[in-house]
Amino acid sequence: MVELLRFRDDEPSESPAVTVDSFGDQSNAGAVRIEPGDDARELLPHLAHVRRVEINFPVFGDGRGYSAARILREAGFEGEIRAVGDVAVDQLAYMRRCGFDAFQPDKAMNDADVEVALSRWDDVYQKTTDGLTPIWALRHGNADV
Amino acid sequence: MKILTGNDLKTGDVTWWDGQGWSRHVNDAVDVGAMADEIAAREEAARNVVSAYAIDATTDADGIRPAHIKDRIRALGPTVRPDLTLKPADPEAGNWVI
Amino acid sequence: MYQYDKYDQQMVDTRVEEFRDQTRRRLSGELSEEKFRPLRLMNGLYLQLHAYMLRVAVPYGTLSGAQMKALGDIADKYDRGYGHFTTRQNIQYNWIKLEDAPEILADLAKVEMHAIQTSGNCIRNISSDHFAGAAADEIIDPRPYAELLRQWSSFHPEFSYLPRKFKIAVIASDTDRAAMRLHDIGIQMVRNDAGEIGCAFYVGGGMGRTPMVAPLINAFVPLDELITYSEACLRVYNRHGRRDNKYKARIKILVHEMGKDEYTRQVEEEFTHLKAQGIEPPLAELARIEPYFADPAFKTGIVDEIASDAPDFALWVGRNTVLHKAPGYVSAVISLKPVGGIPGDASADQIRLMGDLATEYSFDECRVMHTQNIVLPHVEKGRLKELYDTLAANGLAAPNLDTIEDIIACPGLDYCSLANARSIPVAQKISERFAGNGKTAALGELKLKISGCINACGHHHAGHIGILGVDKKGVENYQLLLGGSEAQDTSLGKITGPGFDEDGIVDAVEKATDVYLEKREDGERFLDTYRRIGMDPFKEAIYG
Repeated sequence: MVELLRFRDDEPSESPAVTVDSFGDQSNAGAVRIEPGDDARELLPHLAHVRRVEINFPVFGDGRGYSAARILREAGFEGEIRAVGDVAVDQLAYMRRCGFDAFQPDKAMNDADVEVALSRWDDVYQKTTDGLTPIWALRHGNADV
Repeated sequence: MKILTGNDLKTGDVTWWDGQGWSRHVNDAVDVGAMADEIAAREEAARNVVSAYAIDATTDADGIRPAHIKDRIRALGPTVRPDLTLKPADPEAGNWVI
Repeated sequence: MYQYDKYDQQMVDTRVEEFRDQTRRRLSGELSEEKFRPLRLMNGLYLQLHAYMLRVAVPYGTLSGAQMKALGDIADKYDRGYGHFTTRQNIQYNWIKLEDAPEILADLAKVEMHAIQTSGNCIRNISSDHFAGAAADEIIDPRPYAELLRQWSSFHPEFSYLPRKFKIAVIASDTDRAAMRLHDIGIQMVRNDAGEIGCAFYVGGGMGRTPMVAPLINAFVPLDELITYSEACLRVYNRHGRRDNKYKARIKILVHEMGKDEYTRQVEEEFTHLKAQGIEPPLAELARIEPYFADPAFKTGIVDEIASDAPDFALWVGRNTVLHKAPGYVSAVISLKPVGGIPGDASADQIRLMGDLATEYSFDECRVMHTQNIVLPHVEKGRLKELYDTLAANGLAAPNLDTIEDIIACPGLDYCSLANARSIPVAQKISERFAGNGKTAALGELKLKISGCINACGHHHAGHIGILGVDKKGVENYQLLLGGSEAQDTSLGKITGPGFDEDGIVDAVEKATDVYLEKREDGERFLDTYRRIGMDPFKEAIYG
């Protein structure tokens, strides 16, 4: 069973995450936690100091965290974005596409299910920052989009 | 009386708790009293039923009558397709729901 | 029409396998109902009153003959021999078993169909003008843009857990046949002063318990920014739409509470940001899609008259055929509203027959209308009589398009777990009443729409006459609304006053139509007369 799933080569930073509100005053914190109502863009001026962003999903049906992750990646953030909370295997593929590269679910996931979920989709219709070539680019012979 | 109803997980059929298991016929339903939540939780966990809930019902000459029209329609079937209800041979069956 | 390439096919096939695995995990107990529910909904599978219900997507309402026939086969193989065409231009099956659902999706995938995102808090099936590609008044066929949006919105990683469902419509004429401004996003294809095609964006419309007409937020989005602009509209909604109350979670509430100008400002800001992300497919992708929607090989020099002395046929031609852009052709509407019938229902045999007729008479194409009828878009006038004879022999020739008998009705409490009252029996009684009293013809265009609850799947707010079923202390009760329209003159109906029982509402409808017949002036439709004279004369007749 998987309790922390991580797609990074660097050592995990386990420094405690501070809230977005308090982060402005403690920009040496290293880790910050985004709640669903927080504006991820408030972090953008400070991203150089951040090693880990936790995005909390108190309930899996609240999808604001997907936008938060994409906004951070679109701003060039290369640190860890960790989904925490009510995160299940059936949300993994979309979360990866939005830029999450670590998962710490409340309820551990089954290894085999994780492997299946992450290897299922060969192609994608949309371009995000995950490096996958969208189908429209494959169709027009442009694999570098 | 309080009776317990839900849908069969695999088939979606409307079912009623008959004291031992789940019946398709509302007249088989038994009074579950204060046990509704416990039975529902146990049976949902065993995957015998989905979306189980307790309703008020009365007993009359026709048998058990759910208090709300929605559950009477669930007990019978769509009033606009008598052929697809549990009483396809009775063209007047739809009047029971009103 | 559009055909899948290997990528489209693989995406749909993969989804079938994903759902097969999810269903297996549900049946084995690995997935709880709470976790499974949104997954099954995103594959169109509901739990309704009597069974599971499967809603199959019909993108922009367009089907090939073979696809239509496959829908008939599914009705026989997995359901009880019929299907229900919906106000979302989709088809629903009412008696589905969970254990069969993956196999049905596999059968659909074989004919390039699916049930992806026909429910759930995600971007739903894209709807469009049912006469697209045939209408004489369109500036361009809207469906290539709808297809581009279909692909963008399918499996969207960021927008699959939105605050609430999200519906998009695309049209390309000033005449609105798709209730465009009653969608979360309504797009009208327009031409600017330079003659270029672009998209006018209307955002924040909808029906439901708080009906709103979408305001225009951008009059011209260029074609090569369509996806990026849509993404910006959705991102602002996903981040800021209300999640504290499901009844206030639709984008219409956000646009209303934030204000159109502030919403638009935020969209523009997000749009500027996203343009730098390069997420827009190249115009070459639109150019790849467009030829699939090219005109079929219309014959030229064919007969442009409809010759028949048969009165039944003449009546049907007058009511159920629509002007076509190509000489010698019409669009023919197959009414699924026989007098006393269930609006939108068709038997498996009828569905297969309509598929055959599409192949035989309409260049292998048919359409589902949001009014729950079927269109054969391109029929030669010279062959209409033989088409009509076949329809008539199979119970499909009701001559009542856009009349008071052409009623939209949601499934209501006969099928739907959300409903408060039955809709279908009311529709049946009204069509029988007016077919019986012979007033249908005199009333002319009269759009009557019935919903069995406030969610408004039956578009009651937008009916010239609307009926809303409510639960009054456990008894079905029906409110009457007048003055709605979902066409280019979009308006929302107003409630007349206290509600009625099932027979009372039928009487009230007839009284309202009598006021019209008495007060109308030359050329006025019911809606026009209502707008001219207002509610009072109707109230007086109904309650006086």
